[in-house]
Amino acid sequence: MSKLVGTPVKRREDARLITGHGNFTDDVRLPGQAYAEILRSPHAHARILSIDTTAAQAMPGVVKVYTGQDLAGRVGTVPTAWIPPASDLKQVPHAVLAVETVRYVGDGVAMVVADDPYIARDALDRIVVEYQTLPAVTDQREAMAEGAPQLHADAPGNVALHWTVGNDTDEVFAQAEVVVRQEFRQQRLIPNPMEPRAATAQYLSATDELTVWLTTQNPHIHRLLLSGILGIPEHRLRVIAVDVGGGFGSKIACYPDEVLVAYAARDLNRPVKWTEDRREHFMATTHGRDHYEEVELAGSRDGVLQGIRVKSYANMGAYLSTAGPGVPTILFGLIVNGAYRMPVASSEVFGVFTNTTPTDAYRGAGRPEATYIIERMVDLFAQTIGQDPLEVRRRNLLRADEFPYTNPFGLAYDSGNYHAALDQALTMVDYPAFRQEQAALRAQGQYVGIGFSTYVEMCGLGPSQVAGAVGFQGGLWESATVRVHPSGKVQVFTGASPHGQGEETTFSQLVADQLGIPIDDVDIVHGDTARVAMGWGTYGSRTMVVGGAAISTAVDRVIEKARRIAAHMLEVSPEDVVFEDGVFHPEGVLDRQATFAEVTIQAYLAWNLPQGVEPSLEASAYYDPTNFTYPFGTHIAQVSVDADTGEVRVTKYVAVDDCGPVVNPMIVEGQVHGGIVQGIGQALYEGAVYDDDGQLVTGSFMDYTMPRARFFPQIETAHTVTPSPHNPIGVKGVGETGTIASTPAVVNAVMDALSGFGIQHLDMPLTPEKVWRAMQQVQDEQ
Amino acid sequence: MIPASFSYRRAESLDDALRWLAEDPQGSKLVAGGHSLLPLMKMRLAAPRRLIDIARVSELIGIREQSGAIVIGAGTVHRDLAGHPDVRQKLPALAEAAGKIGDLQVRNRGTIGGSLSHADPSADLPAALMALAATVDIAGPAGERSLAVEEMMVAPLVTGLAPDEVLVRVRVPIPAAGSRSVYLKHPHPASGYALAGVAVAVTLEPAGAVTAARVAVTGAGVVPFRATDAETVLIGDRLTPARIAEAAKAAAAAGEFAGDALMSAEYRRQLCRVYVERAISALVD
Amino acid sequence: MNNQDTVQVTMTVNGRTRVEQVEPRLLLAHFLRDHLGLTGTHIGCDTSQCGACTVLLDGQAVKSCTVLAVQADHQAVTTVEGLGQRGGLHPVQQAFWDKHGLQCGFCTPGVMMTAVGLLQQNPTPTSEEIREGLDGVICRCTGYETIVRAVAEAAAVMAGEAGPSAAAANE
Repeated sequence: MSKLVGTPVKRREDARLITGHGNFTDDVRLPGQAYAEILRSPHAHARILSIDTTAAQAMPGVVKVYTGQDLAGRVGTVPTAWIPPASDLKQVPHAVLAVETVRYVGDGVAMVVADDPYIARDALDRIVVEYQTLPAVTDQREAMAEGAPQLHADAPGNVALHWTVGNDTDEVFAQAEVVVRQEFRQQRLIPNPMEPRAATAQYLSATDELTVWLTTQNPHIHRLLLSGILGIPEHRLRVIAVDVGGGFGSKIACYPDEVLVAYAARDLNRPVKWTEDRREHFMATTHGRDHYEEVELAGSRDGVLQGIRVKSYANMGAYLSTAGPGVPTILFGLIVNGAYRMPVASSEVFGVFTNTTPTDAYRGAGRPEATYIIERMVDLFAQTIGQDPLEVRRRNLLRADEFPYTNPFGLAYDSGNYHAALDQALTMVDYPAFRQEQAALRAQGQYVGIGFSTYVEMCGLGPSQVAGAVGFQGGLWESATVRVHPSGKVQVFTGASPHGQGEETTFSQLVADQLGIPIDDVDIVHGDTARVAMGWGTYGSRTMVVGGAAISTAVDRVIEKARRIAAHMLEVSPEDVVFEDGVFHPEGVLDRQATFAEVTIQAYLAWNLPQGVEPSLEASAYYDPTNFTYPFGTHIAQVSVDADTGEVRVTKYVAVDDCGPVVNPMIVEGQVHGGIVQGIGQALYEGAVYDDDGQLVTGSFMDYTMPRARFFPQIETAHTVTPSPHNPIGVKGVGETGTIASTPAVVNAVMDALSGFGIQHLDMPLTPEKVWRAMQQVQDEQ
Repeated sequence: MIPASFSYRRAESLDDALRWLAEDPQGSKLVAGGHSLLPLMKMRLAAPRRLIDIARVSELIGIREQSGAIVIGAGTVHRDLAGHPDVRQKLPALAEAAGKIGDLQVRNRGTIGGSLSHADPSADLPAALMALAATVDIAGPAGERSLAVEEMMVAPLVTGLAPDEVLVRVRVPIPAAGSRSVYLKHPHPASGYALAGVAVAVTLEPAGAVTAARVAVTGAGVVPFRATDAETVLIGDRLTPARIAEAAKAAAAAGEFAGDALMSAEYRRQLCRVYVERAISALVD
Repeated sequence: MNNQDTVQVTMTVNGRTRVEQVEPRLLLAHFLRDHLGLTGTHIGCDTSQCGACTVLLDGQAVKSCTVLAVQADHQAVTTVEGLGQRGGLHPVQQAFWDKHGLQCGFCTPGVMMTAVGLLQQNPTPTSEEIREGLDGVICRCTGYETIVRAVAEAAAVMAGEAGPSAAAANE
């Protein structure tokens, strides 16, 4: 049987999705369902003086109106689930509906449940809330300043956490020949998966069970958190993630509105559905990034990097979201040295409360921020010492013989051949010719640039012991149960929860190959806590790395059991039986064999099983990784800058990624494309802007620029393959590489284009006006 | 996002629309494609008591040539305007502007009358229509009257239409022989509206000297405007780079620009200058 | 349903005549999803930007979140369910599957309906024209590259060619 792993198997998910039969949370329709709408604060910071719901409550069709007061003592607050060690983290309560104070525009104030969604919406207009507005602060450094409005009594100076890591850098920096300093603004981004968040809940009084259909990347984490907040035991709570329309980190967190819907369904003994609209998404779904970083890089005059230190101010928003505190600390601070050999490094992070939407993971989560600063700093360093940025990279990138490499923070990079990826990417552009053309164009007043990003990132976090050490209040293992039915058809139950990444296909490829059976005989079951006992979900490029490893391990266990049965059938000892292409046979003997299907049916009939072997054919694995994985690669961007308007066009984009062995090249390419465009979104287009009153100015697709098809050239991709030694498949993860790598590649390219102007750095997004203004300023000065 | 309640009537004729409008001019809104009005209603920034649907009033739909003008029914959708052979040949700036409105779906639905009646200051059509010296015919209780497109665009979202009037057609005079026109646009990357939309129409004598010129700008300024100073610069000479640059400067100087949280007035002025320069340059052989 | 002033609409949806009593303010997207149970049409934004709700109205691609059901009275609507089903996929659906033109699949119905509308107006688009033609849709997953390939492939197939030999497919 031909192997499926490594081939572009067409996606099994697609048949339903292209014919309109996807089943997204808002598609769930239950008899008698009511509809919820949330009234959200229009103020960034205000005291609630009164809420009058009588007019809304009196409207025909309105079932019930809830306020924070109504829920006091009935519903708990929403906690964070990531408490970085020694960070003095302030666990401030986030009420599911504000009781006394609202702290960001979008904070929930009341919920209407009505028979009809249009009535629920009308009823919002009839609720009268009296606010006393308070001064608001949206910028984290301003929030730390003396005299700033204070958000939480328990967090003086609005400091939510203060975390430091790394080794002593003072001596290296004191003695360095060159120290480059730069401050960076990592602007706030809005995840905007195309499917808005939604929840539909149903309570069955007969069994006292509450089922919640939810737009989640991690149904079991949601079950755990909902159980605690609602005081419902987990075995009476079922969370189902049917088709989920993208997450990008924004569907990790447990949100107040989800808790409310679940609560109301039980309270009313009636199904309740809520779906956010896009305007709500902008204000009430977690945002990403939003750091200031002060960075210093030390090196020698001839181009050897010696150390980096980073001081970062991360905007946490008004409350700490589920994974929020881990993103700007653990996922960022431990990898700021990037792919480069560096003896010393340190990170210091302040997490700060502001009157803004809470922040949490957004595709890459911490690693894009780290990669951006190191890749920008390498370019600035090269510029300072007068070397080509490519040469500085060649000089300092870890060599293949240096792995495993322990970075200054103690991370052990698993494997890599960074130079090979760089070399391959360079075959896809003509660097010397580009430099010549660049010089020629510059003489004509036209500006083009080229930018490199030679990145490394970390995925598939684990083992769980590390989760404990870094304060993540969960495990990092993944579960798999492989159930072979008597007919030989296989169901695989995974705790991962893919939502667009295509694992119904790639997991099936793995299993079909391993068992030597047709892919159509394999089904992947995910996203339902009643069908999958436990799991940790899909984020951080962990699904194939950890979830795939769990499946592979469970399949091995199935094969081992089947081997014992087969040996019994073939009357040889199990160690003499080999399993190839779906057939068991004695080593070297091909005319006596038992097919996988024949063994399976015997396992269930159990007429003649070997001593000590139980009937059925099923195995589970709870795979806890031994280490993180470290995908890497080189991305190269070429841009042109319109000198008159400042508009940047990406004219060519080349990506060479190494995510280990590629299970499905078509899907991997898609992940890379999507990630790159998202990363370029940060570099050039996207950015949440608050005004001084804490109103989100970029609160819709009219103002917040989502990448569109016409912004981009064709993206060229290629791969090198360096397996990770830390998991049975050797894969490293590919869900975030594009986002992580592309942002600095494009910004470096724009800065390269502008180098003739003496412009060293501009903060993202590099909007036309910003670029034009910078060029203008230089021209005015000349 | 759900609009507030309203009642609805579908007009079969212009008379229907006028009669119903007269019943409650302040509380009624006309709707054809709905692509300007419905988004406002969904955000509850507009909440008319009654919608009068004029999308199927056949006398309002269609493009024809009549006494030296192209006459466009108010209910004509952008797609039909952009693709109409006479419009493309005789009024290229208008075809180009219509073809650059929003996106494919919006152009299938939005109408010229709806766009002009909504008077978004970043809409594409006003620039092209001003450059082409278009007028609009307006029907009301007292009969019909005409307005220049410049007079229609009073202020952002404010038009020269009275609440009981209906914009029925747009008349665009067919330019004299030797005329050419163009529309160039720098769209807002998110909304697709014009940050600078420049339409230029010129008439050249055989030797290349400009005998007539109209330059209009949408998006960049507070309202769409004619850059008459730029026109004056262009008339009388060939379209030389120096003339073009001077005209662009004049246009940028003429406009009234305002900044907001996302873009400064100064940059809008720059976009205006650059796009006027590029648009005029595009008319040079 | 608010029982004030409902009006009757008659619509041919995916070839079948439907008669419903609706509020005038009911959006076509909600009519399709909530009244007819055709949940393949998705709603991704409020401002007519994302195009996830695109359907064909009398053969033209329109954003059904910005059309009232009453405006579509006596018109024909085609949703993704009516575009094609397993065993009889439309070339655009087949191409999206073959070329990996979707990931999460949420925007996909609207993107495909837009592509159908685009190919009606321009049966042989270049890849640049495809990118322009898709300006009315937002996809957060794919980076658009595979969508562009899929539309080019569909164009080639619909033009009666065996493979993607049209201008854009091999660019």
